[in-house]
Amino acid sequence: MIPELGHFSLVIAGALSLFAAVIGLSNTRNTLLQRSVVSMTVGQFALTLLSFGALVYAFATDDFSVAYVANNSNSLMPWYYKVSATWGGHEGSFLLWIVIMSGWMLALTLRGQQYPVSFFTKVLGIMALLNLGFICFSLFTSNPFIRLIPMTPADGADLNPLLQDFGLIVHPPLLYMGYVGLAVPFAFAVAGLLEGQVDSAWARWSRTWTNMAWAFLTAGITLGSWWAYYELGWGGWWFWDPVENASFMPWLAATALVHSLSVTEKRGTFKSWTLLLAITGFSFSLLGAFIVRSGVLTSVHSFAVDPERGMYILIFLALVVGGSLTLYALRAGQNSTQVAYNFLSREFFMLINNLILIVSLAVVLWGTMAPIGYEAITGGRISIGTPFFNKFFVPLGLLLAIALAILPLLNWKRTKIEALRPAATTLLVAAVFTVLIWFVLDPTSVVVASAVGLGAWVVLSHSADLFKRLRKGTTLPMAYVGMTLAHLGFSVCIIGIAITATQSEESDVRMAPQDSVMLASQRVTFLGVVEAQGPNYSAQQGVFLVEPESAGSYELRAEKRRYFAGNNVMTEAGIQAGLMADTYVSLGEPLAEGAWAIRLHYKPLVRWVWLGALLMALGGVVAIFDRRYKSLRVRERKTPTGAATEAATKAAAAQAQV
Amino acid sequence: MNTKRKQRLYLTVFLLMVSAGVTGLLILVSGENMNMFYPPADVVAGKIPPDQKVRAGGMVLDGSVQRSDTSLAVDFQLTDHQGAVFAVAYAGILPDLFREGQGILVEGKMDAQGVFQAEEVLAKHDENYMPPELLDMDMQAGSQSNKPAPSIDPRATKGDSL
Repeated sequence: MIPELGHFSLVIAGALSLFAAVIGLSNTRNTLLQRSVVSMTVGQFALTLLSFGALVYAFATDDFSVAYVANNSNSLMPWYYKVSATWGGHEGSFLLWIVIMSGWMLALTLRGQQYPVSFFTKVLGIMALLNLGFICFSLFTSNPFIRLIPMTPADGADLNPLLQDFGLIVHPPLLYMGYVGLAVPFAFAVAGLLEGQVDSAWARWSRTWTNMAWAFLTAGITLGSWWAYYELGWGGWWFWDPVENASFMPWLAATALVHSLSVTEKRGTFKSWTLLLAITGFSFSLLGAFIVRSGVLTSVHSFAVDPERGMYILIFLALVVGGSLTLYALRAGQNSTQVAYNFLSREFFMLINNLILIVSLAVVLWGTMAPIGYEAITGGRISIGTPFFNKFFVPLGLLLAIALAILPLLNWKRTKIEALRPAATTLLVAAVFTVLIWFVLDPTSVVVASAVGLGAWVVLSHSADLFKRLRKGTTLPMAYVGMTLAHLGFSVCIIGIAITATQSEESDVRMAPQDSVMLASQRVTFLGVVEAQGPNYSAQQGVFLVEPESAGSYELRAEKRRYFAGNNVMTEAGIQAGLMADTYVSLGEPLAEGAWAIRLHYKPLVRWVWLGALLMALGGVVAIFDRRYKSLRVRERKTPTGAATEAATKAAAAQAQV
Repeated sequence: MNTKRKQRLYLTVFLLMVSAGVTGLLILVSGENMNMFYPPADVVAGKIPPDQKVRAGGMVLDGSVQRSDTSLAVDFQLTDHQGAVFAVAYAGILPDLFREGQGILVEGKMDAQGVFQAEEVLAKHDENYMPPELLDMDMQAGSQSNKPAPSIDPRATKGDSL
């Protein structure tokens, strides 16, 4: 009964989003109808949540008469993995996608009073239309509630062991918050075009949502990278896999959007560009969904291949991109304003930042899609490897760092050349520091030196600016704090990438019990393999003794697990995590005479990659708490009616120009 | 022409130049870094150019896996079950899902003796997932395929990734 209830709720939610979309986009001035869109949005959220809850219930109670549960769960799994298995496969993860979409819409209604009513109704209408597309996709091609009656299996096929992990509990929800969250700036852009209102106030409204979605996306990607690192046993943290790229492309577009929006808000310019980026960001989210769920690309992430699903998403993508770009072509020009600025200005550097990010996006897009294009044209199959991406991303990342180091010193509109003196000073300090590091570490690689040097320059120039402001005694605006955090995060990240990519020690060796090898001045001894039991697997546990030169020795355990249900084998690495370096051990396969193939890695600063990315996400969130976004909230309480809110936002717009 | 127009013109020209440059570089660099895929029949027919990094794939032939007793070297054979078989040599750790009878991809070069020297061995990460490269082959062979269970997304296989 419960799964049918879930199915039914999803159908009603679909009907509600249809009504909400029609009314929301109908240009109605009827207050009652406009309010009904808000009510329907709330109702839709409740229903999709109910539907999702029904599926979770089916998993928690081992209802193997539901096909999706039977394929993705097993009675032996611990309860928390049963629950998280709900989003462990295609159907359930897409239902989660829908719930999150509805959740963003609910969040919008909570702050709805600060936007003009007709604009806000359109935003909800667009979101509802998108959600209708998602719900239809779920109902018609990927229904998670289909029953296996009367062929009910006695037990489930088990969840892929790789996914029986803390990572699966949190990574997809966070990532989807980001993917789907980009629908909000998209809806703001389309509604802005429809209403002919794209100005500073509009940019301010969009910014909080964009920052939020961007922060989620950043955190989601970071978590995925960390999970791959500890769960997959190959010790890498990024592989330029098509599905990783699928999440990286919207991130690049959203990063550009976050910056471009700040120019639109503060200076009222870059409007058409900002709109285009908002459309691009969400389009790449959809493209990502297409890549993951259609199976067109060779990826280890791919869901089972199903051309029907791929075709549906492709048509949906074409409608969304085609529709919004047509509207853009018709309307975007009307909003143009001319604002002059100098080469040495914050605007110009934002332009450079955006240019670098968009070129990066083009590189990833090309590298990801070229194999498809090649196959379509020649029928042959190719793959494009890591060297391709590295050749572009090393120089692009370094250029971005240069722009970033100069940025805090620049004013809007124009900056006197003398103002750059601190940049020169910090550059000098960073250069000296770099040369020292370079001689100690790796005097052969110029790239490492430049990455570390530029990273240090970014940190120094931002710190210098921070101290200057603190000395003046002014309170720091949260937006400034957020920006500084994010930029420091970027430099932490690139320093981490440069060092870990070039200074890591990696070796695959054959080790018999009691064999020792040296790994970056640590002696690693293989003590042997013991048997261990988990709730739904048995494991062979390799025990290692690691003896660093200085500090005390410690033990590492790496597992080779065999899961009972599917008889799948999985590797669980043994990791000694440290801020300065990780020691990483994983078991390969057993060889003759008790020996094992063993993978040993020593990875300096690998944590910096994720810490830096998390700092960036944190910066994005902190910036939302800036006072100028709060002032809108105060005003909204005083002026409950739509007309008054409209007046208030106009006033806010005027204020923003100052 | 007023200044604003001039500025806009400069910007357009600049952007055009950048995009032309980027496109050119993309084509050039991807041409240098792409790996062609060869099914067993093409490998056996000697279609792989010497000293060029490529990808090949097939099913691991039953009973063909030979581990060295002293090192991590391993030899095995890949087949399409249609009569084409070729030898692969690899040194390193094989992915968890590397098994006899499984479809796998190898990346590396063909040596003068006609042995494929693999630098990487890539296996599917899940019982039900088949790399698209091998899908046609699998259909022709009429073996398993089309099992119902969907695989799931998250990250890669262990082994050396895909």
